[in-house]
Amino acid sequence: MNSSEEPHFWRAPIGDWKLEVENEFHPGASEPPNEVSRREFLRLAGASVAFAGFTGCTRQPIEKIVPYVRQPEEIIPGKPLRFATATQFGGFAQGLLVTSHEGRPTKIEGNPNHPASLGATTIWAQADVLDLYDPDRAQTVTTSGTIKTKEDLWEALNLALSAVQSNSGASFRILAQPISSPTVLAQLDDALRKFPAARWCVWDPLNRDNFGSNEVLCDFAKANVIVALDSDFLYAHPFAPRYARDFANGRRVIEPSGARMNRLYAAEPTPTITGSNADHRIAVGGREILELAQEIAAEIGGGLLIPNANQNWIDAVVADLKAHRGASIVIAGETQPPEVHSLVAQINRALGNPGKTILPVAARTLPSNRIDLSELVNEMQEGAIELLVILGGDPAYDAPVDLNFRDALEKVKLRIHHSVHFNETSRQSHWHVPATHFLESWGDSCAFDGTASIVQPLIEPMYSGISTHELLDALNGNSPRPAYEIVRERWQKANPSGDFELKWRRSLSAGLIAELVAPSIQPFSTETGSGGGAAKEKDAGSVANLEILFRSDVNVLDGRYANNAWLQELPRQFSKLVWDNAALISPKLATREKLETGDVVNFSFRGRTIKAPVWIQPGQADNTVTLPLGYGRDVVGRVGRNVGFNAYLLRESDALWFADGLTIRKTGDKYSLVSTQQHHSIEADRGILHDGTFDQFTSDSHFAQKGEQLPPLEETLYQPNEFPYKGYKWAMVVDLNTCIGCHACTIACQAENNIPVVGKQQVAVHREMHWIRLDTYHSGNADNPAFTHQPVPCMHCEMAPCELVCPVGATVHDNEGLNLQVYNRCVGTRYCSNNCPYKVRRFNFLEYNNGLSASEKLLKNPDVTVRSRGVMEKCTYCLQRINAARIHSELEQRKIRDGEIVPACAQVCPAEAITFGDMNDPQSRVARLKRSPLNYWMLGQLNTQPRTSYFAKLRNPNSKLKTS
Amino acid sequence: MKDAEAKSIIPDSKISPLGYPTNLLEPGQTYESVNRTIAEIPLRLSAPKSWWIGAIIAFLLLMMFLFAIAWLFIKGIGVWGVNIPVAWGFAIVNFVWWVGIAHAGTFISAILLLLFQHWRTAINRFTEAMTLFAVSCAGLMPLLHLGRPWVFYWLFPYPETMGVWPQFRSPLVWDVFAVGTYFTVSLLFWYLGLVPDLATVRDRAPRLWQKKIYGIFALGWRNSAAHWQRHQIAYLLLAGLATPLVLSVHSVVSLDFAVAIVPGWHSTIFPPYFVAGAIYSGFAMSLNIIIPVRKVYHLEHLITPRYLNNMANIMLVNGMIVAYGYFIEAFMAYYSGDIFERYMMFNRAFGPYGWIFWSLMLCNVLVPQTLWSARIRRNPLTLFIVALFINIGMWIERFVIVVTSLNRDFTPSAWAMFFPTRWDWMILFGSVGLFLTLLFLFVRLVPMISISETRELVAEPQRANVP
Repeated sequence: MNSSEEPHFWRAPIGDWKLEVENEFHPGASEPPNEVSRREFLRLAGASVAFAGFTGCTRQPIEKIVPYVRQPEEIIPGKPLRFATATQFGGFAQGLLVTSHEGRPTKIEGNPNHPASLGATTIWAQADVLDLYDPDRAQTVTTSGTIKTKEDLWEALNLALSAVQSNSGASFRILAQPISSPTVLAQLDDALRKFPAARWCVWDPLNRDNFGSNEVLCDFAKANVIVALDSDFLYAHPFAPRYARDFANGRRVIEPSGARMNRLYAAEPTPTITGSNADHRIAVGGREILELAQEIAAEIGGGLLIPNANQNWIDAVVADLKAHRGASIVIAGETQPPEVHSLVAQINRALGNPGKTILPVAARTLPSNRIDLSELVNEMQEGAIELLVILGGDPAYDAPVDLNFRDALEKVKLRIHHSVHFNETSRQSHWHVPATHFLESWGDSCAFDGTASIVQPLIEPMYSGISTHELLDALNGNSPRPAYEIVRERWQKANPSGDFELKWRRSLSAGLIAELVAPSIQPFSTETGSGGGAAKEKDAGSVANLEILFRSDVNVLDGRYANNAWLQELPRQFSKLVWDNAALISPKLATREKLETGDVVNFSFRGRTIKAPVWIQPGQADNTVTLPLGYGRDVVGRVGRNVGFNAYLLRESDALWFADGLTIRKTGDKYSLVSTQQHHSIEADRGILHDGTFDQFTSDSHFAQKGEQLPPLEETLYQPNEFPYKGYKWAMVVDLNTCIGCHACTIACQAENNIPVVGKQQVAVHREMHWIRLDTYHSGNADNPAFTHQPVPCMHCEMAPCELVCPVGATVHDNEGLNLQVYNRCVGTRYCSNNCPYKVRRFNFLEYNNGLSASEKLLKNPDVTVRSRGVMEKCTYCLQRINAARIHSELEQRKIRDGEIVPACAQVCPAEAITFGDMNDPQSRVARLKRSPLNYWMLGQLNTQPRTSYFAKLRNPNSKLKTS
Repeated sequence: MKDAEAKSIIPDSKISPLGYPTNLLEPGQTYESVNRTIAEIPLRLSAPKSWWIGAIIAFLLLMMFLFAIAWLFIKGIGVWGVNIPVAWGFAIVNFVWWVGIAHAGTFISAILLLLFQHWRTAINRFTEAMTLFAVSCAGLMPLLHLGRPWVFYWLFPYPETMGVWPQFRSPLVWDVFAVGTYFTVSLLFWYLGLVPDLATVRDRAPRLWQKKIYGIFALGWRNSAAHWQRHQIAYLLLAGLATPLVLSVHSVVSLDFAVAIVPGWHSTIFPPYFVAGAIYSGFAMSLNIIIPVRKVYHLEHLITPRYLNNMANIMLVNGMIVAYGYFIEAFMAYYSGDIFERYMMFNRAFGPYGWIFWSLMLCNVLVPQTLWSARIRRNPLTLFIVALFINIGMWIERFVIVVTSLNRDFTPSAWAMFFPTRWDWMILFGSVGLFLTLLFLFVRLVPMISISETRELVAEPQRANVP
């Protein structure tokens, strides 16, 4: 490969640093600090005395207990059931299939029938199931901390409603999050009709208002050239899993014959998943995107040219776009102002893309009488509002800081907040109404393309939660009925035909509604409000001054997942940072300001200042500082409280996404940021990554395998063909070419395999437990490197170095080639981990599964052992799924079919980058992939003969542009 | 015994043509003086003040050790600094270090016995005891190191009802046998040599309870010719048995590393290199103990400068072998052309742990070169300091091998640093506490120099003066 060239891959331009581990312990992370406190010491000393002579015994319950004799229909103990339902991203549905064990939802998968999912999910959908069992969820109706009954709430609500009835709702406001549920919209519409003077408002800190009428649906499967202008359509988009699938299919290359590869150009201020997959990426400030769009539009229209710093890139983009009229897509992100979106629409029209790669999104009618957040806050400030019902969200935390929402909220006479977690807004409200989780309550929602789904619950509400439907029913003056009745009634009303029942059942089972008409509403008066978020004016400041850029955190989004320990511990893309957010700065800015990763810096913007640690991010635009939102929350639950810094404190309504005028000042303080991977350059080609270009591949398809120096396979001290593998021979192929680097595999594996969360302190000493990690390598120059993502599970080596060093035979080879870990037998010498060249083994250094609340225990997958302290663990290729398929196939007296076993990582992957199957079957997908000239072994020169192999990473650079 | 005859023929101390003192015994020693000097120490009811100070410090360290172990067992090995990739930390470093220290005893007792090196006489008992205690410390370490120490016995081939055996391809299983055998043979060897001396102590004991206790351990030794004849045969046989063990035990320990594929471990030079290093540290530890004891108990006339000089020579030779090992490691890393080996070497010297590597060079290569000077060899204080450097250096060597090889191996994304916690340090110093406590009890309760063999030197003075 590139062995003759200069150091090729590196991980970041910064040196090693010692992570100062501070005394910090996150609840939800399972283990308290390791040190003995004085109190602990005395307790132990005392206990040893007290327990001497103490004998324990357990008691049977007094009540007569009844055995499980009569089986409920469909429920076979030990056999999981799967139900279709849907989660939401940005208010839009993503279809799911949820696995339920004896009534406990344990694992979320994508619904293969659903257009937004196609069987894959985002990291957030994976983590939703942990949120369900979160012990910090709001559990009962409260008013200022006092527990109340639902009846108390309805009574108070009716009283308030009758008061606002007198002015026909002029002093009544509803503040909601983006809603795609036809039933909720209809219920809301009813309420607004009942109170004609009432108004409603939608606030989402990550809103898509900038799109206005330019919101479109893209068909990436048909696009040969894609230009992303600050758009992370592969990751942070309501249709992202689908987009990623289509995009990956456009890059999937197996054989040289008929190979085709799309080309992605990206211009963005801060690295995103989309940008990291681009063939040509430029790092420009958020404010410079408009200029780029103007330039591209002008050149395509044959207009005049203003010289631009990125002229080469623009010229190449324009030439490529012109060459692919009708087979190209230009897409801009929600952070870009409406001008950019109209320019993008103009470019796409000029290229003839609409109708081919660009499709219209389904029109949605929202209830009338909508106002925007600033209007609402003004009314609140004036004291004109008597009743404010806040449906979800946390505006007290995430509303633009210049609106002063918290003060305004105090002036509302009666404030009712409905949310899953008790948060900042709940604290300020008179009544807090615990919302049901979507897995607990009936509902419906629509996907980005308009596909409607019924949200089925899998479990009775765990606490006394109230669904949005019930609350809206109460607002409509009804005594609240169950959500099921409400939803069903609406759908039945819209579909009065006789076979409703059959179609309804089919819809429920399929997870999407094809045969039924969604409940709809008619607008009844002219809309007020411009559609939310204010336009983002470009400041006239000089370009040399720093740009502030707000981004949702890649894991906790706007903060809604802040209390989710899986997401907190999931390494952030690129930085691999966990349990924190950090201000991202470019290497150039760091050099100029003499900053190092971990330095605490004062960020001042328009007179407000916050302190935050910085992270030097290669690929960041030089003068742009990214402040991830969603952190620094004070009321959220034990996991997310006081983690990170709160970037909302600088976010103003006219600078929601970016603006000029940021100043920074080093404080001299240090903050310990914990990352799962240290960053250093790699001196030589280690045989870990093989890469090349598409042209290289078409001219010499075996180029990726040429650099490999594989020893003769028989070169071993032990018997080379010890195992004949007469039955199955399991293997996996990871396609680096289609892997987009979204980390969904890591979190899916965590959910499937009962992998514990260990907390910031334990990650700081490198004890994270993820069975499949995602390595990101950079190549090229530090200011704008190319990125390569590599998921690394256990390799299941044929000649496994781990197996022969275990003194007790706790890690063994099985007759199908799996490298198994026998937890019961493991004594914990950790020799296997030392001898694993891939370092994929994980050790239970402490009892990581202690201290789980009763609800969290329900989450555990009963098919996977919960490991205790002192044993090694690692990827099993989802052995429990292999065995389930084996049992099933043996009952039917046949072989396991190709594709019947899908490990959790492969199942979740939106890009279908992971393929698993039987190598003994020459027709299987995995066997076919193994025959591809792109297939290679990671560290193949060690003669471990891994079962997990990789496809070399291909890029498709434009020959007219030098590779970045 | 015929003291008067023996006394007259002890020659004066001489300096050999090679520049070292030849005397193994100061002039003027008689059977009685030897008996009295050595046997009275355990029989005396009081101990010197410095013994008390030392013993109390050692005991406190031992208590700290027990505390650290208790906490370790309660919480798990996560209290240490070990992580993935550096899954082996101080416990293994300490293990190898202690096993190494344990080498001097058997080397001195067995190999020198077989080679008729009489300069082992005054120190063999001491170093054998040291061996036992060091192996005890070493044997504890793998046990503490286990993630689930309560099932340590799974490493032994015991008749398990389910027919599960240890995995014999693993060097850790070989370790169990190597260290277990070594401990057993060392114990027998030590005790066998001790029997006649225990009888001497029994015979000289002024109090009945002392007579009884030492009498039990003396196994009815009556100093008869038949006893001596059997004793000597058994002693020689055991010496013959122990000799290969000196070489095997650390060779096997080195295989823990050499068998693995980790760059920096996977090396064929490890067995001889480890054995040399072990003897190196064993002698250093012997000197670190003998020099103060010799002073406190005024044993200079029995442990003459000749002993110190010879031990220093052995250290110098082994130091050179070890230095050669370092050189060959570096050379092979370069010469192999293997990028992983090359990077390993570069990382050792210039990586984040580089300063530790250079302190290793200082302690194990540079400082011992001073032993070329006879003045330094003959001065107990300077010798003590050099030995201390070597002991620290040998510990560092194991740290370098274990930690800096693991912290950056094949896959850079998994590289990580290892930082010891206070519990790591407590285990290290605590084990020193255990070692010292046992040693203090030993000098207090057991004749610390072989009385019978020293008497032989008195009887055959020509031996005591062999150049």
